[in-house]
Amino acid sequence: MINSQNIVARSATTLPAPHARDNVVEVAKLIDVTKCIGCKACQVACMEWNDLRDDVGECHGVYDNPMDLTAESWTVMRFSEVETEVVGGDDVSAEKQLSWLIRKDGCMHCADPGCLKACPAPGAIVQYANGIVDFDSNNCIGCGYCITGCPFNIPRISEKDSKSYKCTLCSDRVNVGLEPACVKACPTNCIEFGSKKDMLARADKRVNDLKERGYENAGIYDPAGVGGTHVMYVLHHHDEPGLYHGLAKDPRISPVVGAWKGITKPIMSAILGITAFAGFFHYITKGPKEEPTDEEVFGEGDDHHRDSREEEHRS
Amino acid sequence: MNFRKQKTMLRYGPGTRANHWAMAGAFILLTLSGLAFFHPPFFFFTHTLGGPVWSRILHPFIGVVLFVLFVIIAVRQLKYNLLMKNDVQWMRQMGDVLNNRDEKLPPIGKYNPGQKMVYWALILCIPVLLITGVIMWRPWFAGFFPIPLIRVASLVHALAAFIAIATIIVHVYAAIWVKGSIKAMTRGRVTHAWAKHHHPLWYEDEMKKPSQRAGDENASERDTTSHHGARHDGRTSG
Repeated sequence: MINSQNIVARSATTLPAPHARDNVVEVAKLIDVTKCIGCKACQVACMEWNDLRDDVGECHGVYDNPMDLTAESWTVMRFSEVETEVVGGDDVSAEKQLSWLIRKDGCMHCADPGCLKACPAPGAIVQYANGIVDFDSNNCIGCGYCITGCPFNIPRISEKDSKSYKCTLCSDRVNVGLEPACVKACPTNCIEFGSKKDMLARADKRVNDLKERGYENAGIYDPAGVGGTHVMYVLHHHDEPGLYHGLAKDPRISPVVGAWKGITKPIMSAILGITAFAGFFHYITKGPKEEPTDEEVFGEGDDHHRDSREEEHRS
Repeated sequence: MNFRKQKTMLRYGPGTRANHWAMAGAFILLTLSGLAFFHPPFFFFTHTLGGPVWSRILHPFIGVVLFVLFVIIAVRQLKYNLLMKNDVQWMRQMGDVLNNRDEKLPPIGKYNPGQKMVYWALILCIPVLLITGVIMWRPWFAGFFPIPLIRVASLVHALAAFIAIATIIVHVYAAIWVKGSIKAMTRGRVTHAWAKHHHPLWYEDEMKKPSQRAGDENASERDTTSHHGARHDGRTSG
């Protein structure tokens, strides 16, 4: 199913990637937010498998811990207490009910990754045929362009080595036929892993189930703006993904980044080249402005020769 | 060739020359490393600064050096770069300029409008490059700015760099094209004939100074202490 060398896109590379083998199955991780109990087993499993030891932080009075993704915390549970429309229960008199929405945050592994588009270092970011977007830290130069390019605010630069890190979707496990560590550890099966097709079918079933239970706006979060993602959510409030700790409603690579790393590159390079060549051809066709002599500027006989005496002497 | 036989005059003092060439070096390094981050075909330019990571580390520091040097030179040359009436006429006759029909051009001052445009383009670009560069600067400063702002800064940085690089290509070409002008920056001096031909108004102003009138090579140093140089006829044996 997987071949570790099957890279379909490589950062800062203008020529096409080798793609003779294209029968690779696209994979996906499905996170069913509606089943998540916020136990953070996935966070621990991620630490364990990837051998990450983030600094011990401080309690900020909320369940989020650490408070944000870091170079050594590639996934973080986001806890959002929000008021939503009343669903299902008997207390129909209440206008709103309190909901505790818990989302596992981390790299979405976009089909059209903004990080890869922005990265200037060849091969620092690669996309495998199975959809996994992976960082090769060895090629990373620490410029942070991936952060600038990402529509989900995922990559983080390490303070220790100035290299960028994020979730790899456990590409090393997936390459040998295992599921990602977070999937393995999840006690409620709210994280599942398999082919994207299977995961979409499973998510579809779950969404129907939720709709039957009164969650009319339940849906699959697989945003088209980034070509779909290889980490998908089942959301009970798919109409308002922002409820889940500001999940983007319509994520896409910013048009500013698109302009910066798109059309401006060839156009500005071409104009610079043309400018230099224009100079060369001007010189070849029109010739230089020769340095004027004293005679030309001041006329004959003017005392502008520096060493007229020496010249007389010579003659 | 005939430099030694003609009377010369000071155009740029040693400080200005040193500053100019330090800036030139910084600008070249910045251009190469900047283009490398901008477009993959230029990535091999990162080798000029010791590899990709060193380029990323050094590029912004060199940028700060360039900015400081530029501020010094920009302040000192400001008064010569204000637009004057003849400049407009000179610009209208761009065809005569490009076809070397200098005799048809109106007299201009220390800098021609082309040089003034270089000056003002850089006055515009270099502070923009500094500000946007600081916003993008990792790991030190970028973390303090919101990502949408960093995105805009990155695009503006690229655009400003593009204008600056194009400007400098024109600047370098003009120096090669107009014979006798490179010596102004390598030796500090130009011939009287060159000055009167290309910058007549500046030439006339300078001729009011005794040391320049004499074409004295060492006048600038002596001027600081006394005006003995004025009595010398400037025909040094050098």
